[in-house]
Amino acid sequence: MSAREIKAGTITACVKKLFMDCNYFIGDDIMNAVCRAQKEETSGLAKDVLGQIIDNNKIAAAEEIPICQDTGMAVLFVEYGDKVVISEGSFEEAVEEGVRQAYTEGYLRKSVVSDPVFDRINTKDNTPAVIHTRIVKGDKIKITAGGKGFGSENMSAIKMLTPSAGVEGVKKFILDSVAYAGPNPCPPIVVGVGIGGTFEKAAQLAKKATLRSIDTPNGDERYAALERELLEEINKMDIGPAGLGGKTTALGVNIETYPTHIAGMPVAVNICCHACRHKECEI
Amino acid sequence: MKKITLPITPEQIKDLKAGDRVLASGYLYTARDAAHKRMYELLQQGKSLPVELDGQTIYYVGAAPAKPGYAVGPCGPTSSYRMDKYTPSLLDLGLKVMIGKGRRSDEVIDSIKKNGAVYLAAIGGAAALIAKSITKAELICYEDLGTEAIYRYEVHDMPLIVAIDCYGGNVYARDFAK
Repeated sequence: MSAREIKAGTITACVKKLFMDCNYFIGDDIMNAVCRAQKEETSGLAKDVLGQIIDNNKIAAAEEIPICQDTGMAVLFVEYGDKVVISEGSFEEAVEEGVRQAYTEGYLRKSVVSDPVFDRINTKDNTPAVIHTRIVKGDKIKITAGGKGFGSENMSAIKMLTPSAGVEGVKKFILDSVAYAGPNPCPPIVVGVGIGGTFEKAAQLAKKATLRSIDTPNGDERYAALERELLEEINKMDIGPAGLGGKTTALGVNIETYPTHIAGMPVAVNICCHACRHKECEI
Repeated sequence: MKKITLPITPEQIKDLKAGDRVLASGYLYTARDAAHKRMYELLQQGKSLPVELDGQTIYYVGAAPAKPGYAVGPCGPTSSYRMDKYTPSLLDLGLKVMIGKGRRSDEVIDSIKKNGAVYLAAIGGAAALIAKSITKAELICYEDLGTEAIYRYEVHDMPLIVAIDCYGGNVYARDFAK
């Protein structure tokens, strides 16, 4: 396979569109799940809250305005084909420019501060993004983008479980994390779980899990069964829509895994609100 | 569904019970993390605030930018617990209504009861819908904070739920841990 040239401007245009689209148009997987949940709820308040979420998502899509005012910190998972050469610029600069254009021209909120502890001065264009890049075989670039709101990000957790904890330990940590979060992360939530790897790998897997459609189960039937079981358990907690009680606390549980060390079993839980926004494209 | 006006009256506060659905009309001020930190620091230095809070309402929000032709951009509530550290001082100054989402600390709940205030919840993530009930937004101060500046919003039939009432009734009091 010979080298393929992609212009930096093509990357920028693609990233810009991903962030605008994901903030205006909720995925069909989420919208369908919320509509189903509204029919199944028996409490008037829960039905009312889900009804507001449905109306909200319709307004956002029709008027092309953000679903939520927290349009998030820009997170990208990139599979970068090793035969791709960027011309007229560089890859990361092109991505940052796409984020900048989406957030400034698309009426998205600028929510990033320059320094986490001391200055906390808004960068005014929502950059920098958080970019996870993997070099893969091929001549294409695949980008999965998500705008991650921090109401739910702040409710996320990681624990370095050890092997003897077993699947019961994994379940307990995930359920405890969701119970602890309670009403705060804007339920109904999507629960992204990363299991295995190292400390940082588990966290990255959990984020990646939130960017997968809730209609696509884990490819390993054992984990797919665990996803279904956890969803059922979480929806028995009665946290409910907006934390006001009801059968719909989570819309989906997505698990991603990776091989790990003989001594470890890291588990990360990245919680996403009902405005679980992500889009992908291939260049 | 109860209708309230903002600024609220003490009688209206007494009438609100945790779980009630409410439509609010009138005006309120917006403030979130950074504006709260600044106001708190002013109070610690013995200085006065840029906004008179006695009897007033604070909505914890940082709106998205307004598209041309809109009064305000999408503006749903942010998580209230991050304001807990600063809230009792503001309630002691006469702040009567807070609008946000999610749990509050025991200190805030005690202060709500002591000061005869009320905490209302808007639906998190329903920002485009909530914006329909904001008819006007006017910058008051802290412009340098961008979305975290203090604005005065005029609201009409803003859909809310009483989360913590002046008697300590609390829709978030349930413990979900097994």
